[in-house]
Amino acid sequence: MLELLRQPWPWYVAGPLIGLTVPALLLAGNKALGISSSLRHICAACLPAGIPFLQYNWRKEVWNLWFVLGIGLGGFIGYRVLGHPDTIAISTETVRDLKAQMGLTDFSGLLPKELFALENLTNWKGWVFLVLGGFLVGFGTRYAGGCTSGHAISGLSNLQWVSLVAVIGFFVGGLLMTWVFYPLLF
Amino acid sequence: MKNLKYLVLGVLFGLILTKSEVVSWWRIQEMFRFQSFHMYGVIGSAILVGLISIQLIKRNRLKTINGEEIKIADKQYTHGTWIGGILFGLGWAITGACPGPMFAQLGSGVAGAAVMLLAALAGTWTYSALREKLPH
Repeated sequence: MLELLRQPWPWYVAGPLIGLTVPALLLAGNKALGISSSLRHICAACLPAGIPFLQYNWRKEVWNLWFVLGIGLGGFIGYRVLGHPDTIAISTETVRDLKAQMGLTDFSGLLPKELFALENLTNWKGWVFLVLGGFLVGFGTRYAGGCTSGHAISGLSNLQWVSLVAVIGFFVGGLLMTWVFYPLLF
Repeated sequence: MKNLKYLVLGVLFGLILTKSEVVSWWRIQEMFRFQSFHMYGVIGSAILVGLISIQLIKRNRLKTINGEEIKIADKQYTHGTWIGGILFGLGWAITGACPGPMFAQLGSGVAGAAVMLLAALAGTWTYSALREKLPH
C-alpha cells in the first residue's frame, strides 16, 4: 500500500479526487474552491497601504489561508515523507525538445534547476523564471478573477461561461509563451 | 477549531497535486506542447467529477454539515477575465506552477517557490494598486 502511494498517481485517480474537493469544500462550509484569493488576503493582511481593493475584512476569509497552509503540508508529505521518484517520467518528445530548444541537461526534480535555482537570480534566467513568472501569475490571476482552481475546476464545474473565457485565456497565454516567446529567449 | 477541516482538506489537496505531478514544471511543459494526455486527463476528469457533484448538490438541495443552504456565487465577466487570463497563462508557462502548486512546491522543499510566491504576492498587490486604472 505504502509502495503504491509512493509511486506517481495516474490522472484517473488524481483528477476525480481533485474534482471531489469542490463538493467537499461546499459541504464543509459553503466554500468555493479557489487558491489565488489567498494571495489577496495575504496582501490585505500584511500591506493594505490604503488601497481600496485591499480594504475588506480578510479575517472572514481566513479558512482560505488554512487551506493553502494545508497544501504546503500536503506537498511536504507527498514529496518528502512518502517520497517520490526523483525524475518525473515525462514523454520522450518533451525531453528531446527541451534539450534541443532550451539546452536543458538536468531533468531531475519537480522543476529544472538550470532555470529555477536561486543562484540564477544573478542572471536573466532567474529574474524571468522566478520573478517575472511569479509576478505574472499573481497579477494575472487577480485581474482574471481566479486561477486554475477557481476558474478551470470550480468555475467550469459550475458551468460558468466567464470561467471558460478565462481558461481559454490561460491557454492562449501558455501557448504563446511556449511556442513564441521561449524560442525567442533561447 | 472550525478551520481544522480546511487545513485537512488542504493537506489532501496538496498531496494529490504533488503525487500526480501537477506541481511539476515538466508536466506543464508537456501539456503546452501537447505531448502527453496526463494534465488533460487530470483537469478534465476533475471538472467532470466537480460538475456531477455540483449537479447532485443542487438537485438534492444538499446542505452544509452545519445545515446551511449551499450557495455558489456566479462569476462576473469583465475585460480582465481574458486580459488577466492571458497574462496568467504567460506566467503559468514560465513558472510551470499556478498558485496551488507554488504552495505545494514550497512545502516539498523547492527554494525557488518562495521567490515565486513573493513575486506572485507582488503581482497581486500591484494589480490591487492599479485596479482603477486598468480596463475592466
